[in-house]
Amino acid sequence: MVKLRRTMMYVTGNNPANIMEAHLYGSDSIMFDLEDSVSLKEKDSARFLVYNALKTMDYGNVETVVRINGLDTQFGRDDLEAMVRAQPDIIRLPKTETKQDIIDVDNMIGEIEKQIGLEVGSTKIMAAVESPLGVMNAYEIATASKRLVAIAIGAEDFVTNMKTTRSPEGIELLAARSNLLMAARAAGIYALDTVYTNIKDDDGFMDEVKLIKQLGFDGKSVIHPRQIGMVHKIYTPTEKEIRNAVRVVGAIKEAESKGSGVIALDGKMIDGPVVDRAYRVLELAKASGVYKEEEQND
Amino acid sequence: MTKNGVGREIPSYIEGIGQIKPYESPFSVIPEGNKAGAKLKRPLPHKNKLIDSIEEAVIKTGLKDGMTISFHHHFRNGDYIVNMVMDVIAKLGIKDIRIAPSSLGTCHGPLVEHIKNGVITRIESSGIREPLGTAISEGILPNPVILRSHGGRARAIESGEVKIDVAFLGVPACDDYGNANGFSGRSACGSLGYAMVDAKYADQVVLITDNLVTYPCLPASINQTQVDYVVKVDEVGDPKGIVSGAVRNTSNPKDLLIAENAVKAIMASGYFKDGFSYQTGAAGSSLAVTGFLREKMIDQNIKGSFGLGGITSQLVQLLDEGLMEGLFDTQCFDLVAAESLGKNPKHFEVDAGFYANAHNSGCLVNNLDILMLGALEIDTDFNVNVISKSDGYISQAVGGHQDTAAGAKLAVILAPLVRSRNPIIVDKVTTVCTPGETIDVVVTDYGIAVNPLRKDLIENFNKAGLKTYTINELKDIAEKLTGKPDKIEFDDKIVGIVEYRDGSVIDVIRKVK
Repeated sequence: MVKLRRTMMYVTGNNPANIMEAHLYGSDSIMFDLEDSVSLKEKDSARFLVYNALKTMDYGNVETVVRINGLDTQFGRDDLEAMVRAQPDIIRLPKTETKQDIIDVDNMIGEIEKQIGLEVGSTKIMAAVESPLGVMNAYEIATASKRLVAIAIGAEDFVTNMKTTRSPEGIELLAARSNLLMAARAAGIYALDTVYTNIKDDDGFMDEVKLIKQLGFDGKSVIHPRQIGMVHKIYTPTEKEIRNAVRVVGAIKEAESKGSGVIALDGKMIDGPVVDRAYRVLELAKASGVYKEEEQND
Repeated sequence: MTKNGVGREIPSYIEGIGQIKPYESPFSVIPEGNKAGAKLKRPLPHKNKLIDSIEEAVIKTGLKDGMTISFHHHFRNGDYIVNMVMDVIAKLGIKDIRIAPSSLGTCHGPLVEHIKNGVITRIESSGIREPLGTAISEGILPNPVILRSHGGRARAIESGEVKIDVAFLGVPACDDYGNANGFSGRSACGSLGYAMVDAKYADQVVLITDNLVTYPCLPASINQTQVDYVVKVDEVGDPKGIVSGAVRNTSNPKDLLIAENAVKAIMASGYFKDGFSYQTGAAGSSLAVTGFLREKMIDQNIKGSFGLGGITSQLVQLLDEGLMEGLFDTQCFDLVAAESLGKNPKHFEVDAGFYANAHNSGCLVNNLDILMLGALEIDTDFNVNVISKSDGYISQAVGGHQDTAAGAKLAVILAPLVRSRNPIIVDKVTTVCTPGETIDVVVTDYGIAVNPLRKDLIENFNKAGLKTYTINELKDIAEKLTGKPDKIEFDDKIVGIVEYRDGSVIDVIRKVK
């Protein structure tokens, strides 16, 4: 089954109550943050807390991600040492700018994996791109390591570097988002959009989610539980889309059972992209609870 | 000692209380006899009931040592009446008083001194909060407190089991001959549902107001045929502590999560249909349920029958929008509700007996379908504690919990699985207030458990594809997070009894060591 990453909820790494409960709100992934939301004085306690949470808590089917501090800081190395041992599903690197950033991390993780007897390569990573340089290098970054499962755009630093600010329409991010998406798709990995910080502006948030969904992002980082439902709703296929996808999949199965190489529906030929889109619609529909496998034959 | 219907060891006799009738099951007690009544009187025409002070009222009623007085809790934490009256009684040298308020709040801490001085020797209430609850749990009161539900209190008064000598009732609006209501004036509280029982059954009734209005004060919730004296004071309470403007919807993610889970349970239960009735509290997640239900009612074109209980602006909205036929109101939780009560005849004030007395010809909880309740602890038999904290101290209130749970077709407990590092689902609750037999579903932030007695509900939930846990599974999840708490150590001394709504004893509360 395709892994859904519609929502990745930020959880401050030094807040025990939130760390304990973050998985209850239904996001596809939770991201424990050791970086920007944790003050310098709390870096070690956050690392300790997240390590122990990952070792003891049962987060069920929710994907666990830890954002470590950059390796250019005094905390990055310690974070990496602890988190490779704690084994979240993914370690997220902030402020990635070049493929070398990824290669360095890849090597360091490999050393740690060897030390603790883990299969080298088993630890997965994602990279956040937060600067014009990173955006320009997006494809190299996306293809720099087999560990890499996703890239994400971080907008706040990016727009500052671009000498602008974020607008409701997001025109200032269009090029970066598009470039990042193309890099991700070319590399065959996931692409995640940046956070929307005004948690009280539901309309603005939903407009942005509609935009990034249309661009092609797999999902969005969220900073509050109430944003999760809104993203999922927008990513939930419509009844018409589901019905159509079911018919496409039905036609494929029928063609397969007949041993026919040509698939047709309503007199039109169905090609690869149509089939892929149909499967993706059904995956999203299943994850959203609006479609069950057995309904396929209805 | 005998084991009662919820497995608690109950003595057959308790010093200061007398012979004990242990709880058996929700409807096992069949009452005998007739209703009690207030004393007959002969007021001469044109008698002046308005007197100058509470002191004069206490003297005129002839209150003396050993008598029982009562109060209501409609002024909640803004109440001045209880403390003012007790100070006067203490000053007059009267001792050994039994107080039987409908409930007590944190503002009633000064009662501790009156207990120490022997002015108060017995307390019977629905709720007792800190610091009084702590003092009682430490054994300050010579006789055990009796804790009753709202319906249980009405039953005890109406049956004559609790005979009130003098009721001192604060009212937000009143004329000089004793007609009063709760929805006008600076101290408006809305419904006077709890006080209405006292006004009907107490031998003597003193109304205390800070808003004396021209005769007649209409509509009158308490009327002149029940009232002996009227006292005008500067303030009956602090409006800020009485009711808020409008109880606000929560933005707390955990409350919302619990509410969303509760709505899923309601939708799957089969009880969400035209003509359904509904009661909820004013806590964050309960209020959120009302908001979500409203959306579902609009979406699915469902119209309810009545809303009950403590009324909030959220329920008033359902009435105003035509989504409910009517509201029955024993207590308003905000000013929006109080105003609505004053102007909308479909928002109907009822007394606590009408609301929840198990021993009349049919109280409102008997008509209840869907009910949201809170809990301090729930055990694996679904018994609920709403009175004592995890440290064993008395700190909350029985309220209408037992009554509504007994009546509702779908009694849902809403609670976080863990509260302040304590698991909320436990092997045995500290104090049983509501028997598990009357609780149908427990909804937490981690998931939903259905009482195995409700096979029909389990089937409905399964059909709807709603994931449920057993109560033991939820307890295990909680304990995995918190560990198993040490048992609280209690002394043998009984400091309180919790009555079931029918007058039997469901549990006793012992002194904390």
